[in-house]
Amino acid sequence: MIDKTTNQKAWFLVIPVVALVAFNALIPLMTVVNYSVQETFGDNVFFWEGVKWFETVLHSERFHASLLRQLTFTGIILLIEIPLGVAIALSMPKKGPWVSVCLVLMALPLLIPWNVVGAMWNIFALPDIGLLGKMINGMGIDYNFTQQPMAAWFTTVLMDVWHWTSLVVLLAYAGLCSIPNAYYQAARIDGASSWAVFRYIQLPKMKRVLTIAILLRFMDSFMIYTEPFVLTGGGPGNTTTFLSIDLVKIALGQFDLGPAAAMSLIYFLIILVLSWIFYTLMMRNEEQ
Amino acid sequence: MLRGTPRAPVIGKHEINMAKITLDGIRHSYTGHPASEADWALKRLDVVWSDGGAYALLGPSGCGKTTLLNIISGLLEPTEGRVLFGDRDVTDLPSDKRDIAQVFQFPVVYDTMTVFDNLAFPLRNRGVDPDRVNQRVQEIAQMLDLQDSLKNRASGLTADGKQKISLGRGLVREDVNVIMFDEPLTVIDPHLKWQLRSKLKELHQQVGVTMIYVTHDQTEALTFADKVVVMHDGLVVQIGTPVELFEKPKHTFVGHFIGSPGMNLLPCEIVGGAPSLFGNKIDIADTIEASADGTKIEVGVRPEFVRFETDGLPVEISKVDDIGRHRIVETRCNHHSIKMLVPEGVSIPTDKAHIRFDPAHTQVYADGWIIT
Repeated sequence: MIDKTTNQKAWFLVIPVVALVAFNALIPLMTVVNYSVQETFGDNVFFWEGVKWFETVLHSERFHASLLRQLTFTGIILLIEIPLGVAIALSMPKKGPWVSVCLVLMALPLLIPWNVVGAMWNIFALPDIGLLGKMINGMGIDYNFTQQPMAAWFTTVLMDVWHWTSLVVLLAYAGLCSIPNAYYQAARIDGASSWAVFRYIQLPKMKRVLTIAILLRFMDSFMIYTEPFVLTGGGPGNTTTFLSIDLVKIALGQFDLGPAAAMSLIYFLIILVLSWIFYTLMMRNEEQ
Repeated sequence: MLRGTPRAPVIGKHEINMAKITLDGIRHSYTGHPASEADWALKRLDVVWSDGGAYALLGPSGCGKTTLLNIISGLLEPTEGRVLFGDRDVTDLPSDKRDIAQVFQFPVVYDTMTVFDNLAFPLRNRGVDPDRVNQRVQEIAQMLDLQDSLKNRASGLTADGKQKISLGRGLVREDVNVIMFDEPLTVIDPHLKWQLRSKLKELHQQVGVTMIYVTHDQTEALTFADKVVVMHDGLVVQIGTPVELFEKPKHTFVGHFIGSPGMNLLPCEIVGGAPSLFGNKIDIADTIEASADGTKIEVGVRPEFVRFETDGLPVEISKVDDIGRHRIVETRCNHHSIKMLVPEGVSIPTDKAHIRFDPAHTQVYADGWIIT
């Protein structure tokens, strides 16, 4: 055995990190936890309420409605963005000067700030002056996203697809590029159809990056706030009020700190649990 | 095949494609516009692979072996020249229409499929009857010792196991013109290597399909093949049986690459129809004509064919290595090293000695190519 000298001074070296994590994660989170179990009427006077706010939120129709909207929105954009992203990645060139052109074009939407995306699409889709809105109306379809729930949903989904499909494309493309050429050569010799090449070579080899793409898109879309807030402001009515928009309304609009804090924690737990389920399901086959 | 001759024999649903493979003036360059000789990966090949032969394609890394293989399999289109299967020009035919099988250096398995489905894949893609598929897969699995893992997912196997699947997919079709192996045993354990190589050899004797085995390992090539094709720098330098390669290398590269230690090559002059080494006449079987100026003339003799004699070329002994049944003696003559293989029981002089080359196994090379 080698004798180890006992020297606990090394702990001092991690103090900066501990402080940083405490200030940007632990303390804010604990503040929320603190609010979620108390009631206040101002003047910094708090009363213990136990789990009352959690019960209220879980039984509130308003919460159910925004949760349902959120799940629907996330489901729709995942169903569109993942297959579309894979399809675009498959049709991108593998070598030559066009590779960089495609990659830059793909990366562009990702570089635009969220609120700018919202503002862009707001103007783009306006029925009287926006290019998109005017065009749709010009085709004889009555379209006004500020008044029609369906039109508002259509525009929000289209905006998210435009903004985020690139992320899926870039990840899928990276996965495709890592497939050794021998696989394609062997498949050609084995007489595999292009569908079989996709099904048995490309898709399995993209599995890891697609798992990451799905997780990222799930989490991001589940927390979406800025773009729909700028585009529709949650309306018309409450039809595009997703969880985070609703949360901000409760916390900062109505100043109901207790219910808002409880809702934050529930919201956080839902994302955590769903991410864990996704990840476990997708990685389960890997271990066999 | 002559017009009017009966078609190839048909067994079951499969036509047996017996065909010799001809490479007619093949040249290949990976650069779009080859300007100099160095731009050609394959400089010029005219090779005929006779039907049912066991060939080894031997050469150092980067000599063009894989390029040649990919041209035969259709993965690569040659810049110039034609590929013929029998009398049929297949130069423009895609790989899947050529009825060939190829096993790559690194294992290629379809991860999501079971071992069984992997082996069945080339057959199913061609619509082979399920009963027949089952039968063939069982046979191949038996041969490669995979029968216990047929139901397992292919992704869970070791590198050895995966490469066995690759081999199996190469062997599973019965209707192929040629099976090509591109250094297939690189990732396999040494003890399994021997086993698989003799399996392949055995299999070749059973089914009689043409096999081309690419390797840079001379032992592997010499034990597998009836005929060895030696490549060097984009050219085929010699095609021959292992004995021919050993006894009469057509190119200094063959002499030097095959054999351990390789052939002794010494600069010489031609005097009166015989090579002269530092003023000493060397006896050879034939007489040769005086060579043109500027060519590099060398005399080549394998260490096996150099003996100590009472007279002959005077040398100094510089090193003796005992390698078991033989000793490798390194001698020096005029700053050139000459290696010789001395059997047990022959005494080795301590300092100065005289040596002679066996005239029947001494060759003269001009610019690398044999002239005797």
